[in-house]
Amino acid sequence: MWTYFLRRILQMIPVLLIITFMIYALMLAIPGDPALALVGPGESLDAEQLQMVREAHHLDEPVLVQYGIWLSKAIQGDLGRSTQNYRPVTEELGTRARVTLQFGLVAWLLAILIGVPAGVISAVYRGTSVDYVATILSIAGVAVPNFWLGIMAILLFGVTLGWVPTQGYVDIFVDPVEGLRHMLLPAFALGVTSWALIMRQSRSAMLEVLAQDYVRTANAKGLRKRRVIAIHALRNALLPVVTVFGLQTGRIFAGSVVIETLFGIPGMGQFMVQAIFARDFMSVQGAVLVMALAVLTANLITDLVYAWLDPRIRYDD
Amino acid sequence: MTKSYAGIDVLRKVMRIPHAAFGVVFILLTVLVAIFAPWIVPVSPEEMDFDNLLSNISSTHLLGSDQLGRDTLARLIYGARIALIVSIGAIGLGVLIGVPLGLIGVYFRGAVDDIIMRAMDALVVFPSLLIAVGLAAALGGSLTTVIVAIGIANVPWMARVVRSQGLAIREQDYVAAALAGGMSHARIIFKHILPNSVAPVIVQSTLSMGYAVLTEAALGFIGVGIQPPTPTWGNMLQQAFPMLEQQALLSVVPGLAIFLLVLAFNFVGDALRDVLDPRLKGVIH
Repeated sequence: MWTYFLRRILQMIPVLLIITFMIYALMLAIPGDPALALVGPGESLDAEQLQMVREAHHLDEPVLVQYGIWLSKAIQGDLGRSTQNYRPVTEELGTRARVTLQFGLVAWLLAILIGVPAGVISAVYRGTSVDYVATILSIAGVAVPNFWLGIMAILLFGVTLGWVPTQGYVDIFVDPVEGLRHMLLPAFALGVTSWALIMRQSRSAMLEVLAQDYVRTANAKGLRKRRVIAIHALRNALLPVVTVFGLQTGRIFAGSVVIETLFGIPGMGQFMVQAIFARDFMSVQGAVLVMALAVLTANLITDLVYAWLDPRIRYDD
Repeated sequence: MTKSYAGIDVLRKVMRIPHAAFGVVFILLTVLVAIFAPWIVPVSPEEMDFDNLLSNISSTHLLGSDQLGRDTLARLIYGARIALIVSIGAIGLGVLIGVPLGLIGVYFRGAVDDIIMRAMDALVVFPSLLIAVGLAAALGGSLTTVIVAIGIANVPWMARVVRSQGLAIREQDYVAAALAGGMSHARIIFKHILPNSVAPVIVQSTLSMGYAVLTEAALGFIGVGIQPPTPTWGNMLQQAFPMLEQQALLSVVPGLAIFLLVLAFNFVGDALRDVLDPRLKGVIH
């Protein structure tokens, strides 16, 4: 198992290198003088001063050399400074990641808390109206633009009913009640695709499991229906949910870009969009690195949990 | 069975599934409306009617009007054009780049395959919406940029589908026989490996069309997509959001259009998968 684990970690390195290099090259490709972008809009430097900026930031070196310099600093934990407010990028990312993490987790929890029971129930009561409604909702959930659902939720719960705030963010650890109230709508909108996919997956997995011999045996033994489902079926029905986890972590990050903009949440997604518009190189690079690491780690965890849940899967491949 | 006959046969089977039939009809309707937009629209999408700002559903404006008195129905119809052009263009680009990469990888294996697949992994890990935001910011928000951005994000999925399909074919005896018989690599790829990938690529493409519509809308909403006054469903939603309290209809209509079109693509994609090859269920997301 350890060799498998180690190899997976090693495989992450080329992927990370490719992503960060692609983004680095992409940021340089944005039209306009990068030195001007570094200085910011408020200053007007003469040609000589601009040249000094260029030299200081190695902007006249080839892309590969510049990237190499960034990489060697990044390995030592130095991601440079944001050109928007001159805070160190690592510090800025720390605050931002905390926000997105809280709000991504709430979205995840909502998705699992709704998706798994809905899937299991609709499989157990297959063909009934409950199954029908849940299936329709899960189909709709995959097709609906999550930010539009957010807008509609703002319209209904914020504007019309006035139940929850529709803008901003409160740290859950500072004020749990207000934090959750602020997070409810965005987390719901962000998690809708995940919820729908989890429901779909757990329904079909559950149906498959319920048709197995050991479930029939358990039923024949006279075990109560609830016990059969809880003890014998659920564990196997959870497998596909785990698969969805890896895929959905990326989706949640991507979704956070739009949802954070919509709800005015100061997280990674909003940070990234602002940084791209401001051509804030170091911030974009840092954010990309953190997001990529998070998604790769989620994929790794997915595979490990998968193997733990299903003993038929071996690590030695 | 000739090729065109096989196509009709697949369509007939798809049309037998009720929700897929709805999907086919809805897509066809959208395509027709988009093609004949100039003849269908009640007024030009850019014509301003200052007597009816932010109006509700009425006889002059069937789906209401926006803050400049522009007709929502007309803008919606022109927006359908953009939605279709973007999804067809982006998926076409994804197929054009992704399929050859997948074929080359699966056929030659080894280092070539490793390099291609690691690059694809990198693209997959990075959420496609963010790739699109980056590209759109780098190149400026235009129709071409949006197509390129969403297209590139689709490349790895196409490559992966082709690859997973080709892995088994590569090991078949007839491929070894063709190789021993002196057939060139290119011919083997085109004659034996490519035809087996057509079905999954069609399925993946249809499902990705819906996703492309969603991505275009999201880009438009955060303001990096195609810029107003050209109406797109995404930028209509962006412009409508500040006016949510004054006229909610403006936010409801484009979203519903996006939802229905994506739903239609998903229905058709699912049905195609079931009809063409039920084994694909696990392969395609």
